Amino acid sequence: MRATFVASEVSSGLRRNLTMTLAVIITVAVSLGLFGASLLVRAQVTTMKDFWYDKVEVSIFLCSKGSDTPSCSGEAVTQAQRDQIKSDLESLRPLVQEIFYESKADAFKRFQEQFKNSPIADNVTEGALPESFRVKLSDPTSYEVVASAFAGRPGIEQVNDQRQILDKFFRLLGGLQLIALLIALSMLVVTVLLIVNTMRVAAFSRRRETGIMRLVGASNFYIQLPFLLEAAFSAGVGALLAIVGLIITKAVVIDQILAPSFQFTSFVGWDAVFAIAPIMFVTGILLAGLAAFFTLRKYLRV
Amino acid sequence: MILFDRVSKIYASQTRPALDAVSLEIEKGEFIFLVGPSGSGKSTFLRLVLREERPTSGQVWVAGKELSKLSNWKIPGLRRQIGTVFQDFRLLPNKTVAENVAFALEVIGKPKSHIKRVVPEVLEVVGLEGKELRRPDELSGGEQQRVAIARAFVNRPMILIADEPTGNLDPGTSADIMKLLDRINQLGTTVVMSTHDSNIVDQMRRRVIELDGGHLVRDQSRGVYGYAQ
Repeated sequence: MRATFVASEVSSGLRRNLTMTLAVIITVAVSLGLFGASLLVRAQVTTMKDFWYDKVEVSIFLCSKGSDTPSCSGEAVTQAQRDQIKSDLESLRPLVQEIFYESKADAFKRFQEQFKNSPIADNVTEGALPESFRVKLSDPTSYEVVASAFAGRPGIEQVNDQRQILDKFFRLLGGLQLIALLIALSMLVVTVLLIVNTMRVAAFSRRRETGIMRLVGASNFYIQLPFLLEAAFSAGVGALLAIVGLIITKAVVIDQILAPSFQFTSFVGWDAVFAIAPIMFVTGILLAGLAAFFTLRKYLRV
Repeated sequence: MILFDRVSKIYASQTRPALDAVSLEIEKGEFIFLVGPSGSGKSTFLRLVLREERPTSGQVWVAGKELSKLSNWKIPGLRRQIGTVFQDFRLLPNKTVAENVAFALEVIGKPKSHIKRVVPEVLEVVGLEGKELRRPDELSGGEQQRVAIARAFVNRPMILIADEPTGNLDPGTSADIMKLLDRINQLGTTVVMSTHDSNIVDQMRRRVIELDGGHLVRDQSRGVYGYAQ
């Protein structure tokens, strides 16, 4: 009895206020969609960090003949210098996890492989590429330890940290995520204001009913429940639309378009989508419910 | 049933009290006329009984409870024991007669079987049998007020508050409404009715409470509307 009565009140309320209901659904969908997208970008940054930090190396390039870096003084690295660097690297274990030596020939082979279909490959000779030590660190953030120990030493042309290049990229993504989050938050504020206004209009247009309900002794809960359910329903539909949008983004934009074009990196998996979707849903319902609750407390007083 | 003990009410925006130290007692089963000019405090009196307002000072007792001690969540329970009827009927235009009466029971969570049983009963009491499916705009003023009375009485309240129930009705219809209120009173409900209609008060010869400028100026059993000249 109670349930059917409340359900009919809710559906008639939603239909009576159709334009406002649609406005709430759309704003909730857009703001939660942005919110979910920013969470997805963050998950993507985390995924990429895990993926790349595992692979980044510190490269210690050794001098070739003709290098104009002061520490090389135009001469190629000697065998003694090479052995000294290697044994010094060994002494840095366990920070230094793995050490590969890449000779000029190895570098040339890798270069040819990487730029297989590019004309650059034909213009580069074996002698033009430096030999190097590739060092993998147990803690990629401790790059400075290695850099300060080796940079500027005789026989070493340059110490390069791949992580620094990546960090620039991650900072860019982080910035994009922050912007998306800020837009999402301001949209959520707009959504709350719209729900507050919608509730006010709904309470006003039904003041006759609610007035009678008060007089015949309906409880506050009973008077407010249809309004709260209406707000929660609109927000729930909006949240579901936003979640559908997120799923489409993952299935089409990421899996069909981005992933095939950028095969060198990994993308967020479905687990991230399944983690974000409930957050979006709960955020939507809670925001709408709280906004409606506090509005109604003001406009539907005993 | 209703006890006012030196009750004063001063609204925030005004300096003159709407009610000034009013004390009176209304017994169970009484029929009371509340008379006095506009602004004399009749509406404030009724709103205090319904706990729509709190007194500035003094105590209001209704059905054995002191209302200022009543917590907010218990107010609906109080109002379920009080039926209310107004000059402007306050019916829902998009509901039928039967639905309007049933609404009062639905919103306090009564089971459907109970509603199906009592709504036709109360419509018979007020003389609206056969008009269950009409809408308010298809009824005369008197019939609309009968619907409102049915809605107020369907829960068999201990007290019926009627705020100028005949204010919008012609004398003949008013007399019919008064017969109905008298019948409800005889069924055991205490009736408190505010009115400006001197004919009704003079004919009925019930207890009359007169307010003027917030003061209780007359409390007379079997009274008439104005002072006997």
